[in-house]
Amino acid sequence: MIEIKNITKQFGKLKALDTVSANFTEGQAISLIGPNGSGKTTLIKCLLGMVIPDAGTIHFKGSDVTTSCDYRRDMGYMPQIGRYPDNMRISQIFDMMIDLRKNYTTQLDEELINAFDLRKQFDKPMRTLSGGTIQKVSACLAFLFDPSVLILDEPTASLDPVASEVLKNKVLKEKNKGKLILMTSHILSDLEEMTTDIVYLQDGKLQFFKSVEALKAATNEQRLAKAIASVMSKGIQVQMNGMNGNGHTPPSPKEFSRTVNRREMTIKI
Amino acid sequence: MKIIRYVLYDILRSRMIIGYTAFLLLVSAALFATETNASKSILNLLNIVLIVVPLVSIVFTTIHYYNSYQFIELMLAQPIERMKLLLSEFLGVILSLSAAFLIGIGLPVLLFSADGSGISLLISGILLTFIFSSIAFWVAAITQDKAKGIGVTLLLWFYFSLIYDFIVLFLMFTFSDYPLEKAMLGFTALNPIDLGRVFVMLQMDVSALMGYTGAVYKQFFGSALGMFFALGVMIMWAVVPLFLAIRVFKKKDF
Amino acid sequence: MKNSIIVLYLFLPFFAFGKTIKVVAGNSIRQAIATAQAYDTIEVKNGYFYENQLVINIPLSIIGENFPIIDAQYQNEIFTIKAHDVTIKGFHLMNIGKTATIDWAAVKILETRNVRVEGNHIENAYFGIYLSASHNCWVENNFVTGKPSEEQNTGNGIHAWKCDSLLIKNNFVKGHRDGIYFEFVTQSSIERNFSTGNIRYGLHFMFSHNDTYTDNTIRDNGAGVAVMYTRHVTMLRNHFDHNWGSAAYGLLLKDISDSQIENNTFNNNTVGIFMEGSSRIVIQNNQFHENGWAVRVQASCDNNVFSGNNFTSNTFDIATNGSTMLNKFEKNYWDKYEGYDLNRDGIGDIGYHPVSLFASIIEQMPHGMMLLHSFMVNLMERAEKIFPSLTPEDLIDNQPVMKPISQKDTPQYVN
Repeated sequence: MIEIKNITKQFGKLKALDTVSANFTEGQAISLIGPNGSGKTTLIKCLLGMVIPDAGTIHFKGSDVTTSCDYRRDMGYMPQIGRYPDNMRISQIFDMMIDLRKNYTTQLDEELINAFDLRKQFDKPMRTLSGGTIQKVSACLAFLFDPSVLILDEPTASLDPVASEVLKNKVLKEKNKGKLILMTSHILSDLEEMTTDIVYLQDGKLQFFKSVEALKAATNEQRLAKAIASVMSKGIQVQMNGMNGNGHTPPSPKEFSRTVNRREMTIKI
Repeated sequence: MKIIRYVLYDILRSRMIIGYTAFLLLVSAALFATETNASKSILNLLNIVLIVVPLVSIVFTTIHYYNSYQFIELMLAQPIERMKLLLSEFLGVILSLSAAFLIGIGLPVLLFSADGSGISLLISGILLTFIFSSIAFWVAAITQDKAKGIGVTLLLWFYFSLIYDFIVLFLMFTFSDYPLEKAMLGFTALNPIDLGRVFVMLQMDVSALMGYTGAVYKQFFGSALGMFFALGVMIMWAVVPLFLAIRVFKKKDF
Repeated sequence: MKNSIIVLYLFLPFFAFGKTIKVVAGNSIRQAIATAQAYDTIEVKNGYFYENQLVINIPLSIIGENFPIIDAQYQNEIFTIKAHDVTIKGFHLMNIGKTATIDWAAVKILETRNVRVEGNHIENAYFGIYLSASHNCWVENNFVTGKPSEEQNTGNGIHAWKCDSLLIKNNFVKGHRDGIYFEFVTQSSIERNFSTGNIRYGLHFMFSHNDTYTDNTIRDNGAGVAVMYTRHVTMLRNHFDHNWGSAAYGLLLKDISDSQIENNTFNNNTVGIFMEGSSRIVIQNNQFHENGWAVRVQASCDNNVFSGNNFTSNTFDIATNGSTMLNKFEKNYWDKYEGYDLNRDGIGDIGYHPVSLFASIIEQMPHGMMLLHSFMVNLMERAEKIFPSLTPEDLIDNQPVMKPISQKDTPQYVN
């Protein structure tokens, strides 16, 4: 469904994505993981056309995404930090989005709106909302047009446990309908139950892209989090096992945290 | 282009545009009320229009762009083309600024002095609105930081309204021994504010004061060709920065 | 002695009881003139006459009734008056011929005296009324309109050369080269004429001393009024209106001296008064309103006095190309003056510099006018008011009047 070929993106001196290639297909629920600043959000934004790659191509259902914006009709996006016009009310945001996209959709999926009981707050202006409520709005908007691809950037980051659970159920349900789900998160346990595949990014490079089963088998770990931690510490081994490696050596944990911190300083552009 | 509707809605909510309209209306009403000679009012109005319209257009547009950043981000993830999005923003801004101008200056002018000079004042006011909005979009598309963007646009306004003319004056002093008529024509075309001013002044007969330079101007701008040239150059001033803004915007990362 | 001769001439027609010859349509005016005796009257009834070259060698009164039309069909001129005591009255004279060599006119007066031209309509003439080397003539109540073409192919409306003691009164002149043209004309009076739409000057005179111009209106002419090489000019209560164009003046004074310019109005002229090489002129109680420049004084002018004038709504009040001013400005009203009057005597406590910074820049660099009304120039003018020392000229009106001077308050010239 989505073919990513050798995309590279550089912000100043920082390589946010370095020749990343991957194919995503229907029915997959893919977790994009990696340390802060490893290029997860950049990759997502490339898929959405919000960031233009310096090199490489992205095809969606066989056609190049740079030729037309129409492929986004099939996408629902929930940003990491939803940002909305301050002086609009929630209802107005929904009305506007429906108005702008209604030509492309027959059926609106309002299941999440009901599940979150968001209608109670419809009259509130966006600027008065808490981070959690904004996330709920973002989630509802992502699912509203029943898209075949769902891109969720840190979906559960600021949701309360109840809302988080509601969202997870929804994601699971959509996945089972055969949709492609792309998520980023660094809280692994959150994703574990829905994930089918893991993409691990570091320093803009794709370290591996493997199904959960294969990962668990390779690391002899039953729990995903442990499996990944194991990969992170024994990166070389994993790569030597042929897991989509490209000869890159992951830094030691100490080095790693240092690079992360530096990255956090510089990535805020 | 449904987006324009939301852009307009957003602009109208900010009330800045209503304040602008009221200000222009107040100024023109005051000028027409205190001055019995309509052409004198037009001249005074011209002085105000040439300062206020570029300033408000460029600053308002810049602020609007930065304030709409969230909206733009939201729209970008939707099946909407970037060019359409930016054009909608542009149209929304110039529609509301032009409406404010037409109500604030246009109505009084049409009521009290709907002659050649009045109409040309309106034309150049509208064109200046387009031009400075378009320049603001370009600056804002390039500059990520809001404060920096507003600073740059203010500097540009200052340059076009004041510094440029000082430079021209300086050049005139320096090269006073050379025939400068044609050069002056070029200098005028390089600053939309000067172009707008000369365009209106030639309709007002002030050109007789300008002696030989004025005669050259009158001969040039008085002809249909010159008129089209002046309008054409002003439209270029609006289109080129907008085109550049679109080019930057299309490649911009959010 | 001279006056008594004038009186004698005036009464001469009454002493000579001539007979009256009537001319009706179809008859010949030329024949009537040929048969007439000195001091006869020829009465021409209403009709259309194709005649030209009517030369008058004896004193005659030729009177038209209800404006009979004499059409020269662009051949030659109509009346050529070589005799004294001739009156031409009440005709509609039209279509005078044009040549490059001879100044054909509807009425030409040559080397004579006591000629009256009054109440005629003159249409499409090369020259309208042409006086040459004559004296004591009256030109009154004529209505002269031409169709102007290029300057060299158009004659003057009322043209006088080397004359003395003329009275040019109540004429309307339009569409000629110069409305009224005087060269070497002295002791004459020009009153209540209206000169408009002439392609060069509305009024133009040179070497014409001791003439008086009162109550004329000169409007919308190519270049306004030009007065050159003359002494003792008196100009009172004239209106110089809307002489607008890149080379137009309300009044151009070139080498004029010992003259008076009082109670005139200068409205909407590119330059109200342009003075060059002029001395000892009193310019007093005039209105300068909405001119580009109210007054441009070249450095070659000296000992002129500007007093009691109103300067309102002019783009520039005074401009000069000189650095020292030998002329005097006092007690004028300047609407741009922003001084104060603490002792309330009606006179501002600080002087007014009528030459603005921008005006003096323009004198040096005419191209600078392109910046007129720009923000920069407006700021410059603002700055000047706050720091008067920015103004370069030492030209100053030390007693600027706080309120406009009403013309009623000033002594009116009485005829």
